[in-house]
Amino acid sequence: MSLATEIELLESTPVHTGVQLPIYMDNHATTALDPRVLEAMLPYMTKIYGNAASRNHSFGWEAEQGVDKAREQIAKLIGATAKEIIFTSGATEGNNLAIKGVAEMYREKGNHIITQVTEHKAVLDTCKRLEKNGFKVTYLPVQADGLVSVADIEAAITPETILVTIMYANNEIGVVNPIAEIGALCHAKGVLFHTDGVQAVGKIPVNVQTDNIDLLSLSGHKIYGPKGVGALYVRRRNPRVQLNAQIDGGGHERGMRSGTLNVPGIVGLGEACELAGAEMVAETARLTQLRDYLRGRLEAKIDYTAVNGNMDHHLPGNLNMSFVYVEGESLLMGINDIAVSSGSACTSATLEPSYVLKALGLGDDVAHSSIRFGLGRFNTKEEVDYVADKLIDTVLKLRELSPLYEMVKEGIDLTKIEWTAH
Amino acid sequence: MAYSDKVVDHYENPRNVGTLDKSSSEVGTGLVGAPECGDVMRLQIKVNPDTQIIEDAKFKTFGCGSAIASSSLATEWVKGKTVAEALAISNTEIVKELALPPVKIHCSVLAEDAIRAAIGDWKKKNNVAETESALVGASA
Repeated sequence: MSLATEIELLESTPVHTGVQLPIYMDNHATTALDPRVLEAMLPYMTKIYGNAASRNHSFGWEAEQGVDKAREQIAKLIGATAKEIIFTSGATEGNNLAIKGVAEMYREKGNHIITQVTEHKAVLDTCKRLEKNGFKVTYLPVQADGLVSVADIEAAITPETILVTIMYANNEIGVVNPIAEIGALCHAKGVLFHTDGVQAVGKIPVNVQTDNIDLLSLSGHKIYGPKGVGALYVRRRNPRVQLNAQIDGGGHERGMRSGTLNVPGIVGLGEACELAGAEMVAETARLTQLRDYLRGRLEAKIDYTAVNGNMDHHLPGNLNMSFVYVEGESLLMGINDIAVSSGSACTSATLEPSYVLKALGLGDDVAHSSIRFGLGRFNTKEEVDYVADKLIDTVLKLRELSPLYEMVKEGIDLTKIEWTAH
Repeated sequence: MAYSDKVVDHYENPRNVGTLDKSSSEVGTGLVGAPECGDVMRLQIKVNPDTQIIEDAKFKTFGCGSAIASSSLATEWVKGKTVAEALAISNTEIVKELALPPVKIHCSVLAEDAIRAAIGDWKKKNNVAETESALVGASA
């Protein structure tokens, strides 16, 4: 069925008026816990409360069984083996452990790390800290479509390079990097490859073998699992990756991450991975259709829109759109019964517009006008219709208020005006 | 982020949105801010040449809710005032009226700048000496 036919079919479906407000469409930030995940977790909150490291009684064994099953479930989703899964508190810790752990372990081999400017702060700030400790970090630019160039990575690799860390998919613009190519390059060059997989795992096929990934961070709460639990994949053969632990203690997780295991969280993460794997094909089709439908409805009624990021290599649920000549925070204010995000400076603590959008070479004005929609498992077509209606109304209202829109409509070239930057 | 009721009210029911004929000698236009900074205000005033009273004011603003509210309020305040009185409006009064938080103070500064720019434009068109307003200076 063609996309046009699909959109037509969706449009002919009667609109249900009873959407529940507010609508959550910010699924890159976090996701709701799937009730099936909660169900799997509950026994581990009350009945099965043993310490998975207690080896001498049934309480410990039962807890360990839950952890072992989760390890299998996670490993299966990413093509790894259970022994290669290290539990963490989330992807921020996973990224810290992977990058600092490799840097410290392989320091004698070299002191150079390669990453890209559009990484999450958990990677960028970790790299910055390593720079203070004497490491050299190359922050590669991205192309206008948000993807990193494999040729740029290749050119940046030196005999001193020990690690390349490039995210699988971007949290703001949803673009999916050429991970298999990067992995192949890194393995050919004998450089370790870490990827922040937090937005990709469970959403699109990820396979650490075919992608040649050595380290991969993931998190429960991005895939309808619980918050506060994640995992780091650490390759055990070809090559065997070693890490310097960042948390010392009882030697849990093969000495790489001490601390009593968060058994209910881990069980939930395992279940979330199992569900994501089982439902990925259907969910991808549904979310892609909803996202394209949303985009189509917005573009049909609003002029001067721009879609940010490469849409051919893209997460199914992500749509990052700029509604030029309308400022993002004022737009969010008008749609305050809908939870989405904006790249506008006014919505950030630093009063700087999104560094990711700026890295695409977009003007700050386009970044200020951007909205990130994150469609997820529990969004319905009715919700998408509500969001589209409300957004169209609000953008058109704010355009009536926008001097820039009026000037552009009169044929004035905004780039020729001497603005008073403040 | 929580907005004050007054900001929400101006955002939802902006006063005096529109455009005056900028080629008219009675109209002064102030365009301040920059698209890259995320806010641009255009404030226009129509001045009675005999009384120097601002008889009409219009605005359009690209910016956050506080920027929209600041400029909407500015048009309300300048209407009916003489040019000299309008020049006395300071951003701190706007901050107070709208209960703007510290991160939004620049919106009020921009609104004050917009009033001054509009009056400056009108004066230039009508050869009114800038010195007349020099006493009122002291902006934030």
